[in-house]
Amino acid sequence: MIKADNISKSFEGIPILNKISTVFEKGKTNLIIGQSGSGKTVFLKCLLGLLETDSGKILFENNPLKKMNTKERSVLRQEMGMVFQGSALFDSMTVEENIMFPMQMFTKKNDAEIREQANVVIKRVNLINANNKLPDEISGGMKKRVAIARAIVMNPKYLFCDEPNSGLDPKTAILIDNLIQEITDEYNITTVINTHDMNSVMEIGEKIIFLLEGKKAWEGNKDEIFNTDNEAVTNFVYSSNLFKKVREVYLKK
Amino acid sequence: MIQSVFGKFTKWKILKQLILKDVDTLIIGSMGIVSFISFFVGGVVSIQTALNLENPLLPKNLIGFATRQSVILEFAPTFISIIMAGKVGSYITSSIGTMRVTEQIDALEIMGINTYNYLIFPKIVSLSLYPLVICVSMFLGVFGGYIACVYGGFSTSADFIEGVQMDFVPFHVGYAFIKTIFFAFALATIPSYHGYYMTGGALDVGKASTVSFVWTSVVIILLNYLITQLLLT
Repeated sequence: MIKADNISKSFEGIPILNKISTVFEKGKTNLIIGQSGSGKTVFLKCLLGLLETDSGKILFENNPLKKMNTKERSVLRQEMGMVFQGSALFDSMTVEENIMFPMQMFTKKNDAEIREQANVVIKRVNLINANNKLPDEISGGMKKRVAIARAIVMNPKYLFCDEPNSGLDPKTAILIDNLIQEITDEYNITTVINTHDMNSVMEIGEKIIFLLEGKKAWEGNKDEIFNTDNEAVTNFVYSSNLFKKVREVYLKK
Repeated sequence: MIQSVFGKFTKWKILKQLILKDVDTLIIGSMGIVSFISFFVGGVVSIQTALNLENPLLPKNLIGFATRQSVILEFAPTFISIIMAGKVGSYITSSIGTMRVTEQIDALEIMGINTYNYLIFPKIVSLSLYPLVICVSMFLGVFGGYIACVYGGFSTSADFIEGVQMDFVPFHVGYAFIKTIFFAFALATIPSYHGYYMTGGALDVGKASTVSFVWTSVVIILLNYLITQLLLT
C-alpha cells in the first residue's frame, strides 16, 4: 500500500502538484489519469522518489519516504519495478540479459539459477524466441513485455508503469493492460499506472485518480467513472464520440 | 558527482565486466587512430625540422633531437589527448547521454543502483591505462620521424639515432606521463558529466558531445600549461 498525504510540488515557483492525497491499494491496478501537463509524471516521479516533494508525505506501508536514509531507500527501490514509457531497455544487452540484470546486481544466485528464474518470467509474459535478441531487433509490444518481465523478476511489492501502452496498436495495448492486471493479481502487488489511454481506464481501472491542473479532481473506479457527474472527468474521459456512445449504452443498461 | 562515483560500489562481478568492456572500447579501440596519427605526424615533424635546418654548420642529428623532444614533451601527451577528447570524449558523452534520454539511467536508479559508480567509475579505471596509449604514441612518433628522415634522404640513420639519444633527460618522459594521468582523469570525467546531466532529446545528445569536446580540450590545454609551469620551470 502506498499513501500520498497532502503532497505538493512546484518548479521555480510554479505549482505542479497541489495537496494531493490518495491511497494506492495492494493487489489493485491504480490508475493516474489526466490531460498532458496535469502533473501525472511529476506525481509518479515523486512516488518513485526521483523527485522530492515540497510538502506532504509519501508512505510505503506506513514508512515515510522522506525519513528513509540512503540504505533504506536502496532497499525500497529493490522492491519496486518500473515499466517506462519507452521501455528503457539496456540496448547493449540481449532480452535475456536485460531480465537477468536486476538479479545479477542484487542476488547471490549463480548464473544458472538466475537464467532459470529469468526464463520463468520470460514465459510468463509470453515472450517467444526472443532471448538472444537485442532490444533494437524486437517490436514495441515485445519491448513492453521485456520491460514488464524485468520489472517483476525480483518479485517487487510495487509496480509502476508510465504510459505502458503508448505507441502500441489497440490489440497489443489491451494485451499489455491485461498482462499487467494479471500480474498484479498473481503477485498481489501495488500497481500504479500513469495513463491517458481510455481503453486502459475501462479495462483495468480498479482505482482511478483524475488529476486536473495539479489537483486531484476525482477518485473512483471503472464502474463509477460511467456514472460520475464530475464535469472535468466527463469532459476528459468522454471527449471522443466513441466513448460518449459507450457511456450511453452502459447507462441505458 | 566525483564523490558519488566513489560512493556505493556496484557488485564487483558486474563492475569487472564493465571495466573490461571500457578498456576494449576506450583504450584498445583508440590504438589504431593514435598509431596512425602518431606515425605520420612524427614523420612530418622530422621533415619540417630537416627543411628548416638550412645552415650547413648545424649538425644533422638535430633532426632526431627535435623530433624526440616535440613528440615526447608535447605531441604525444597533449595533442593525442585533444584527439582523444574528440574520439573517446564524444563516445562517453553520447553513450551516457543516450542512456539519459532513453530513461535507462532512471531505470538503473529505480533499481537502487548508484548510477555514478556504475557508469563513470569503469571509465575512470579503464582510462588509467591511457599512459600506455601515449607510450605507443611516443614510440611511433619517433619511429615515424626516423622513417621519414632516413628514407626521405634528410640524414643518415646513425645521425638520427644519435640525435634521439642526445641530451636525454629521463624526467621529461616522467613529466609527459604525469600530464597524461591528469588528462586521462579529465577525459573520463568531463564527458561523463556532460552526458549524465544532459536534458532533451537526440539532437541534444549531439550538442552535449560538442560542448563536452570543447570543455575537455580547454581543460587539457589549461592543465598542460599549469603542469608545465609547475614541473619544468
